[in-house]
Amino acid sequence: MKKAFRPAFTATIPVLCGYLFIGFAFGVMLRDIGFGSIWSFFCSLSIYAGSGQYLLVSLLAAKASLVTVAVMTLLLNCRHIFYGLSFLETFHEMGRRKWYMIFSLTDETYSLLCSVKTPEGIDAGDMRFWIAMLDHSYWILGGVLGTIIGGILPFDTTGIDFAMTSLFTVIFVEQWQSTKCHIPALMGLAAAAVSLAILGPDNFILPAMLAICVMLVAMRGRLAKEVA
Amino acid sequence: MTTVYAIAMIAVAAVCTFATRVAPFLLFNGSKPIPPIIRYLGSTLPPAVIALLVVYCLKNVGWVTGTHGIPELLCIAITALLHIWKHNNLLSIGVGTVLYMVLIQNVFV
Repeated sequence: MKKAFRPAFTATIPVLCGYLFIGFAFGVMLRDIGFGSIWSFFCSLSIYAGSGQYLLVSLLAAKASLVTVAVMTLLLNCRHIFYGLSFLETFHEMGRRKWYMIFSLTDETYSLLCSVKTPEGIDAGDMRFWIAMLDHSYWILGGVLGTIIGGILPFDTTGIDFAMTSLFTVIFVEQWQSTKCHIPALMGLAAAAVSLAILGPDNFILPAMLAICVMLVAMRGRLAKEVA
Repeated sequence: MTTVYAIAMIAVAAVCTFATRVAPFLLFNGSKPIPPIIRYLGSTLPPAVIALLVVYCLKNVGWVTGTHGIPELLCIAITALLHIWKHNNLLSIGVGTVLYMVLIQNVFV
């Protein structure tokens, strides 16, 4: 277990930089709506999802209903379902540690686990477990630092919440490039824009999500061939 | 908002996040094939939802007043172009966010 720490740490350095920054922005946003470092710590420990936690900040600020929190979190994270499919067998070999691996399968950990090579003489399971734990700890650290030092930084942090917009833009680009059929993405944009224009900023999201699901199912005959 | 309600919101977010991560391990153990409708929604729903969330981030932008959404759209375009060019998450998010902060604090005040 110990031997795998060093190669795992080296592999996670890019995620260290990314999570400190994105986690820090989360911490600052959470602090701005009146929550301190204990909240930040427990959010990052128990939820552990970049985009999901950004969304939660805006839901906390809006005092959204628990149903809204549940539906939005489920739909936001539905892409994770397909991450797990790549690791069904790999994680199964890891015994009890499997449950932590499943819990901690974020976008970044997923992409590391897909690409990382285990050096000779090191147990691949140990290496994966360290990668997952190190990424999780960077994320928690970033968030806690954001809530603690966000208010005493020598510069103005106004606008740091744009990290959420940038993060979603990056995921949007990734998904756009990974598929030839752009109808679902364009449908999402259109449904959201129309719903926002009609219903306003406070009530548009659930109707838009419903409209997207209905349209996707209705167009399945046509789209299924294109996305297959 | 009460502390209890905030804790409940965090707990719901945590449980729902874990649910999406654990679902494939509970539903598919390798022996059963994945139902076609799940496969279909799995590939079409994520891009649509992410597109919706980009719009969600812009929900409070005043299009006819203030800065007309110019800093937002500009920074989204730069984030996207940078990502298409370099494919580096941290670089795209970092530059987009910092540029936005600079713009709204100094240029579009």
